[in-house]
Amino acid sequence: MEIDPFIFRLSIFILSIFIGYYVVWSVTPSLHTPLMSVTNAISSVIIVGAIIAGLAGNSEGIFNSSSIFGFLAISLAAINIFGGFLVTQRMLAMYKKKKKDK
Amino acid sequence: MISANLSAVFYLISGVLFILALRGLSSPETSRQGNFFGILGMVIAITVTFLSLGNFSSGFIYVLIFLLIGGLIGAFIAYKIPMTAMPELVAGFHSLVGLAAVFVAISAFLNPEAFNLGYPGDIKLGSLIEMSIGAAVGAITFSGSIIAFLKLQGIMSGSPITFKGQHPLNALILISIVVITYLLCSTQSSNLFWILLAISFLIGFLLIIPIGGADMPVVISMLNSYSGWAAAGIGFTLENTALIITGALVGSSGAILSYIMCKGMNRSFFNVILGGFGATEQSSSSVNKEQKPVKSGNAEDAAFLMKNASSVIIVPGYGMAVAQAQHALREMVDTLKKNDIKVSYAIHPVAGRMPGHMNVLLAEANVPYDEVFELEEINNDFANADVAFVIGANDVTNPVAKTDPQSPIFGMPVLDVEKCKSVLFVKRSLSPGYAGIDNDLFYRENTLMLFADAKKMTEDITKNL
Repeated sequence: MEIDPFIFRLSIFILSIFIGYYVVWSVTPSLHTPLMSVTNAISSVIIVGAIIAGLAGNSEGIFNSSSIFGFLAISLAAINIFGGFLVTQRMLAMYKKKKKDK
Repeated sequence: MISANLSAVFYLISGVLFILALRGLSSPETSRQGNFFGILGMVIAITVTFLSLGNFSSGFIYVLIFLLIGGLIGAFIAYKIPMTAMPELVAGFHSLVGLAAVFVAISAFLNPEAFNLGYPGDIKLGSLIEMSIGAAVGAITFSGSIIAFLKLQGIMSGSPITFKGQHPLNALILISIVVITYLLCSTQSSNLFWILLAISFLIGFLLIIPIGGADMPVVISMLNSYSGWAAAGIGFTLENTALIITGALVGSSGAILSYIMCKGMNRSFFNVILGGFGATEQSSSSVNKEQKPVKSGNAEDAAFLMKNASSVIIVPGYGMAVAQAQHALREMVDTLKKNDIKVSYAIHPVAGRMPGHMNVLLAEANVPYDEVFELEEINNDFANADVAFVIGANDVTNPVAKTDPQSPIFGMPVLDVEKCKSVLFVKRSLSPGYAGIDNDLFYRENTLMLFADAKKMTEDITKNL
């Protein structure tokens, strides 16, 4: 009997939860705010679905009821991607070590 | 156009890059590289999507336009936002992830052919279940984050909003979400799909309104987790590995942060979720408050104490952020260091309005991160320090948490500030903190209260050093 591809995706999902668990526990508490902003940015990879939805409207015109939601989702996710990564970068640039010259 | 197998491999690569992005945050040195990995993973995912669709017609131009509009708005916000407003920003971003998930789910429901999920009215059962979960969690994330945003921004009062029958009502709505999802999957009715979205928006709103302002660290982390599960739900629908991996990472990240925040307050997750904390205790404790003697001082006294100290520990809290005192504080510390006084910072897990908020504010004020310590790292040092300088923190220093089993905060980990030779407590008045209880520290023999605005007091002390 063949295994449903869903089971493979479920396996990836479960194993990723474990990876997430161990990786996030190793994040230093002083970087918890950048952690939140960067997880925000990466969860916007949902833009992939938004692009598929946006480009699907071509048969009977670019904008139809389905693709318009896709286009809106592209903008929302793009705000998050650019905003999330840039604000993370801005924060991380501020973390400096003690100067050794004293 | 590239093959489905090849694009799946690329999605896997971008998923791995996202894992590395989080891994980088284990230390500030590797964190910037981590962020770069994250960006790279995103670029790969987007490029591969374009290539696999192979559709560069006029629709492609519109995709770029919408992408650019969002990108410009996001970049503008990222550069303009003050660091004190990070909690609001993150709450706002969560709401966008939630809404984007809802929109993608709607789009997939209306046009399932585009995603290979079947036909309108005849969507594959598994896909429909995944889609419904993604849409419902996304909607909850969206409306919940909007409320969190409004509360943090001060547009909505931070005090908990409770009413009779709140918990039964929420339970009823949650059950009906499950029932409607079941009916939706058996009938494929689009009306049920819209009803599901509507009540999910409603429950997100109802779940967050009873939670008080100072529980926001838990709420933000929780919504962070939800946004991840929503993304994962959509990832299953789209059969996209990058999205499934990311959703799982973000979901568990938010869950861990919620756990850390709850532990920092010694409260169970359910206690926070059910809400209403801080609203009831306030009245009982303020009634039997007898007049106890308090020693208060001015900037000169404080400067004198610190000048004669050999080590000082600074305890910042949310009040410091409100008063924007972090830069003035760092100037004071610079002056202390010139006098060969050892200075370190002690940060409680729930200081501020989101996890790690104080660390960012101190980093912004050019405080080196190796002078900033977490509760467990520094708590033993208070006994050997000469002065503890408490600025904008309150409940997290209350010794009652260790001594009085009757106290609502009993058992919460606190900073052992009272073990210092002397304690300087900058505060506007003797009013109780968020937990609504009196701070025993105010009346201690070795405490000197400095009644003033945190920023002004810090500046005055610097002048007197």
